[in-house]
Amino acid sequence: MIATMGASRLPDNQRVVITGIGLTAPNGNSLKEFRESLLQGRSGVREYEIRYFGKTVAGICQFEGCRYQARRELRRGTRAGSVGIYCSNEAVKDSGVDWANADKSRVGVYLGVTEHGNVETENEIHELKNYNYDTSFWSHHHNPRTVANNPAGEVALNMGITGPHYTIGAACAAGNAGLIQGAQMLRLNECDVAICGGVSESIHTFGIFASFRSQGALAEHADPCRASRPFDLHRNGIVVAEGGCVFIAERLDDAKRRGARIYGELAGYAMNTDATDFVLPNPDRQAECMELALKRAGLVAEQIDIVSTHATGTVSGDAQECVALRRVFGGSRRTYFNNTKSFIGHSMGAAGALELAGNLGAFQDGVCHATINVDELDPECALDGLVLRQPREIGKAGYILNNSFGMLGINSVAIIKRF
Amino acid sequence: MTPAEIRTEIISILEDIAPDEDLTSLQDDVPFREQIELDSMDFLDIVMELRKRHRVQVPEADYAQLASMASTVKYLEPLMKGA
Repeated sequence: MIATMGASRLPDNQRVVITGIGLTAPNGNSLKEFRESLLQGRSGVREYEIRYFGKTVAGICQFEGCRYQARRELRRGTRAGSVGIYCSNEAVKDSGVDWANADKSRVGVYLGVTEHGNVETENEIHELKNYNYDTSFWSHHHNPRTVANNPAGEVALNMGITGPHYTIGAACAAGNAGLIQGAQMLRLNECDVAICGGVSESIHTFGIFASFRSQGALAEHADPCRASRPFDLHRNGIVVAEGGCVFIAERLDDAKRRGARIYGELAGYAMNTDATDFVLPNPDRQAECMELALKRAGLVAEQIDIVSTHATGTVSGDAQECVALRRVFGGSRRTYFNNTKSFIGHSMGAAGALELAGNLGAFQDGVCHATINVDELDPECALDGLVLRQPREIGKAGYILNNSFGMLGINSVAIIKRF
Repeated sequence: MTPAEIRTEIISILEDIAPDEDLTSLQDDVPFREQIELDSMDFLDIVMELRKRHRVQVPEADYAQLASMASTVKYLEPLMKGA
């Protein structure tokens, strides 16, 4: 059931709330650490080097891999799997779900990914080179590591989950798409607990760096912390990051029954497609996606306190998103805009979920974190309400709208309401 | 390689494949799987490592020979004699 007049008018068994969060970002391995970094202006981008490509910058996570996995599992699985396992275990713990007694056949795992399998394939080919490309040396681990459901499947294996699991391939809209998929499955009663969000291991494939550079869209800066600079006049591209963010989503009646702490309610969402270009965004479709999410939430633009922008730091993409934002929010005096990629880079499949999670604190602390690294605002990106350099006290937010867009013209918007 | 050298090499491979296991008390006549956590993919790792490190090819029909340390050393001894 999709609400068309506001989620709060739906019965409790159709309302979806977030009751747990587990994450790893380049500047924090828990929601608390991440929020603190965003409020204190702490970047997670640093120098990085990868084979064939050489030196660059990236957002690198430093979570404790062995917290939930034996070394044998770490060796066998993928980085995206480990990110998913860490975040999912942390999220379940945070939610207070009685995991030991939970019916694991009623738990679903829905993880968004931008891409999967590039890292593992590059590793095998690199290894094969040492054996004169004799394919009898190709690993039997290649297929289980590269199947598209791998990160979600590793989570299910690790946690004994026997309900449905799969990934949602949605380019850089994947973090929102994972949350939306989880909500849909809860509303269809396909599961009772949805482990949903997004993960990324993308910094471990040289191909993503090389491709962005060939496209003229890879960030460069002498100071890694200042390389990711959405909306700045001198921005020069994307900083690739790894990371993950997993939400525990439940139907409101279940959450109430167990007295769960509720971070927020999914008030509305939308996904649509540009159908115009492989890489260039279409602000008309982006605006339509935001308007559809607002309509489904029963809201008008003026009711949104914070828009978490998608802007990645590319010359064209940031400006185009601002065109769409002006069209939707141009008349709103209340709405503030920020950008989390300026701190951590673009965490690809995790971006939508991480950037949403980073903003949820505003429901309680009333602060909109900033967009850092904007030394000279690009006039094309000058939005009223854009929070630059320093966080801003705005009072407890009521609604947060989270944009997440990706290649092949995929757009996603999620609106979360303070509960 | 002598049987003792082959055994050392197998331990080295197992340390990579099963890094959480304590291999110091491994009993040579008892099947690996009764002593340490090894599944079919791990056995394939042993086969792959023998291929990569020593160019030893273990055909599928012979996989059962790798059940224990004693049987593995016995099986590999003629194959790794000149190694």
